[in-house]
Amino acid sequence: MKDLLNVDYGVGGVTTHMRSRPLGDDMHAETMILNLGPAHPATHGTIRIVVELSGEQILDADVELGYLHRGFEKMCETVDYNQVMPYADRLNYVSPIINNVGWCLTVEKLLGIEVPKRCQYIRVIMSELSRITDHLTCLGASAMELGAFTVMLYMMQAREYLWELIEEVTGARLTISYGRVGGLKDDLTPGFKEKMLDAFSRVKKQLDNSDRLFTRNRIFIDRMCDVAIIDAEQAVDFALAGPLLRASGVNYDVRKAFPYSSYDDFEFDVPLGEKGDNYDRFIVRFKEMEQSMRICEQAINNLPEGPIAVSDPRIVLVPKDEVYSSIDGMINHFELVVKGVRPPVGDVYMPVEGGNGELGFYVVSDGSGSPYRVKVRAPSFVHMGAVRQMLLGAGIADVVPTFGMVNMIGGECDR
Amino acid sequence: MKLNSLQNNSEEQKSIRVIALLEEKLRGEILKSSIELATAVVEIEPARISEFFGLLKLDSQLAFNYLVDITAVDWLDAREKRFEMVYHLLSLSHLHRLRVKISLPEENPEIDSLVPLWKAANYLEREVWDMFGIRFKGHPDPRRILMYDEFKGHPLRKDYPVQGKQPRIPLRSPEVRNTALDMIRQPLVSINPKNKKGLRHGPGDVRKL
Repeated sequence: MKDLLNVDYGVGGVTTHMRSRPLGDDMHAETMILNLGPAHPATHGTIRIVVELSGEQILDADVELGYLHRGFEKMCETVDYNQVMPYADRLNYVSPIINNVGWCLTVEKLLGIEVPKRCQYIRVIMSELSRITDHLTCLGASAMELGAFTVMLYMMQAREYLWELIEEVTGARLTISYGRVGGLKDDLTPGFKEKMLDAFSRVKKQLDNSDRLFTRNRIFIDRMCDVAIIDAEQAVDFALAGPLLRASGVNYDVRKAFPYSSYDDFEFDVPLGEKGDNYDRFIVRFKEMEQSMRICEQAINNLPEGPIAVSDPRIVLVPKDEVYSSIDGMINHFELVVKGVRPPVGDVYMPVEGGNGELGFYVVSDGSGSPYRVKVRAPSFVHMGAVRQMLLGAGIADVVPTFGMVNMIGGECDR
Repeated sequence: MKLNSLQNNSEEQKSIRVIALLEEKLRGEILKSSIELATAVVEIEPARISEFFGLLKLDSQLAFNYLVDITAVDWLDAREKRFEMVYHLLSLSHLHRLRVKISLPEENPEIDSLVPLWKAANYLEREVWDMFGIRFKGHPDPRRILMYDEFKGHPLRKDYPVQGKQPRIPLRSPEVRNTALDMIRQPLVSINPKNKKGLRHGPGDVRKL
């Protein structure tokens, strides 16, 4: 038995730096090592957190990632630029359209093209719908983990209204592959505007219900306020982005700072927190949903007419009737399908504002049909680096709400 | 097909300014500077990168206080120096971006860690070590991050096969598996060594036990 204890295995046989330590000489007590995950009902994502506890207080924490690693970046090197789209769907699978749009914009920047205005507006509408579903999932799940099951049901209902819209346009609900390099798969369906505005009125009602039921609830406030505080300086140091960064009071939103896809045409506010605790993160996400709806309404009311894709046959497939009726169309179709889009040699980094923050794609092209190297700057991955800092000194019961508010999406974090 | 929108132009203006500032302040350090697709790009030597990035972070006109990303590219035989580190920086006050590239040789690629400057570098550098096998001097926690400890090789290197298979790893000491060190106890089921052959899988074996 003694030999076993001397073997240099960490907790669970995986090397971590976690060891229990004595807690002062007179007490003969030791800290306790507790393992959470990787399959834990409260960690909605496969992740393992090992914490060292003194009583209920967390003295140290070790976060272990990688349980959902699928080799996204390696796979991208083997397929052509449009075939990356389904892989990109599976990064942040709660808001896949933003990943699609991010990927398309990156390749388009490399190609030096700009898509038509109508396409940009539709991308904005679909991205913002996705952002709302992303936040609804995050807030609803977190609310449920804190015991507010009704709020979760309200929010899932609201998400359902939005997913119906997304389903109508894209034909799918989660892994939708709606983007195309140089355009989109499809235009909006007829009567989409009315359906969207109708859905929004229902979503707003659900949000209002949740708000009245939950955000000023005593228990909720006690659990969330002053927990896992990250101040502005630390947030920048840890390179947090999106709602986490803004909850700490740093005003940085890619949509405002580096407007892409016509975001500068729309009026919207960037909600900011003050303290950078879990409550601020919750409120920032809640407010952002309202702003997203505002953007959608402006975009749908000013939706320009025109094509939804560039007309370059080297980038976008030519219409089917042209393929069947003209020799040029046939050749173009054949060339694009066999060889794929071929951007010039070079590299490019393009950020978009994902559900969790700055989602950036870094692509190196060697001039062939498939990317030479793809790197995703996944916000969840970077955020996980700050989780240890957030948990230090907190109670064991704070792990779940903190993790919920960080909103790690396994697909994006582990790629 | 339109080239460069208005927004791209303003981004390009900022990049031109960044390059001019860098040329002024760090003339000796920069090997090559250029503007690629409206982004400022500089190449530097791997030595003294801590000082270089420290100045980028602390200088009030540059003020690159936000480390966006650290990654690497494996050029295999295409270049003399195989690996290329790529750093993306952002200034939240001036809203300009910079890409820094550093070439590293194939033998023993090693570079100073940036964790003292940005805490975000911790996970990003661990990922580069995991995926490319580039070491970071002075990194506080140089473990693999996405792969498991026993993984052989570095999967994002170009000579690692896309469908590469890894050997199965031995079971990690079952006595301590899934058990906190201070909670180790005797196995709940003890098996008499005399009956060991009864452990064969098959009908009736259980009763013999």
